[in-house]
Amino acid sequence: MAKGFVAITVERCKGCGFCVEFCPTHVLALSSAFNSKGYHAPHVVAGEKCSGCDLCGMYCPDFAIFGARYAR
Amino acid sequence: MNQVTLEIPYEIPVDAHNPVEPFLRMDRMPHIWCPGCGIGTTVNCFTRALLDSKANLDKVAVVSGIGCTGRVAGYANLDSFHTTHGRALPFATGLKLANPELQVVVYSGDGDLFAIGGNHFIHAARRNMDLKVICVNNLTYAMTGGQTAPTTPDHVISATSPYGVFEPSFNLVALAEAAGASYVARWTTYHVKQLSRSMEEVLSKKGFCFIEVLSPCPTLYQRRNKMGDGLDAMKFYKQVSKIRHGAPTSECALTKSGEIVVGKFVDRDRPDYLELLRGQMTESLGDRYAEPEVSCSC
Ligand SMILES: Cc1ncc(C[n+]2csc(CCOP(=O)(O)OP(=O)(O)O)c2C)c(N)n1
Ligand code: SF4
Ligand code: SF4
Ligand code: SF4
Ligand SMILES: [Mg+2]
Repeated sequence: MAKGFVAITVERCKGCGFCVEFCPTHVLALSSAFNSKGYHAPHVVAGEKCSGCDLCGMYCPDFAIFGARYAR
Repeated sequence: MNQVTLEIPYEIPVDAHNPVEPFLRMDRMPHIWCPGCGIGTTVNCFTRALLDSKANLDKVAVVSGIGCTGRVAGYANLDSFHTTHGRALPFATGLKLANPELQVVVYSGDGDLFAIGGNHFIHAARRNMDLKVICVNNLTYAMTGGQTAPTTPDHVISATSPYGVFEPSFNLVALAEAAGASYVARWTTYHVKQLSRSMEEVLSKKGFCFIEVLSPCPTLYQRRNKMGDGLDAMKFYKQVSKIRHGAPTSECALTKSGEIVVGKFVDRDRPDYLELLRGQMTESLGDRYAEPEVSCSC
């Protein structure tokens, strides 16, 4: 099971790709779907690899994504 | 708008929230910054620094001037002041002197702090005013259309330099050190961990502290120079940055496409303005000197 999770607020995303590029374990990819503003938000392609490190959250200039570890 | 979209192959705890949100005025989201602009990334780092430093948020104030970066004051869910262009530092100086217990953070752009506000910068540093200055340097006056700023490197095309900049630019870290800053560091928005650690460090350091953050402006800086989008700038920072703590700031000038030296360059202790003031007054007036009681009850 994944150590962490990532949550995406699709409607706030502007599709910059920072989170996709800098996720150390390549959990994310930009989706081909559009949000209502016409941006391609990220979606999870390898959720089991998420460590919950929140680097995606640190990078996201639009506060649209964050990661966290599961409480154990 | 704020709800989290669950298209994820696992459960998200119901109480999970983005750690940046309590520090933002969420009713003002989405913000005005362009796709791929780096200012929001610096705000993430700042909020992580506030969290990690366990600062008393009732005693933290953010002061900005005008510009895209100046909007930070409007989005920060703290006591924050969006002042006039170039005057963030004098405003912050007054705030600090009247409320010495406040931690005053000045968050502003390169144009605001070093063009119209340049004189204030050198004097606040000279006096070692106890202010923490975060300068988002996108190498241009972004908000007004991408004009040449005192930071714009040689050969860059800007709205006011269609044939390329030819005037020498400021090296902000060297300027800050020469003027007397107690702490001087430079990072880019690629260096999120190091940047938040630096921000945390200055929150517990006395005196005039300066952090320069290079940040992408895809819309008004990069577009004219065919430098791609925000992500291209981030990859460029990753590729050309060299961490050199303690490097002589005179060797850290920026160029259009050359190496970016990052790190902590200066960390020294000198008495700050209030200490000097109290020392001088006590020496001259002895018991007749009383601290003015000007603390506000907010
Ligand atoms: C007294 C005054 N002069 C000029 C302006 C126009 N003005 C607004 S923002 C700005 C430059 C902002 O550049 P910078 O501080 O680098 O912020 P950025 O937008 O790049 O983040 C200027 C010249 C103004 N608002 N007030
Ligand atoms: S929390 Fe870390 S591992 Fe998970 S998606 Fe974000 S960056 Fe990747
Ligand atoms: S970093 Fe944020 S704005 Fe950029 S693509 Fe990822 S979620 Fe969207
Ligand atoms: S103009 Fe440049 S600095 Fe201003 S919000 Fe857009 S990308 Fe950011
Ligand atoms: Mg600027």
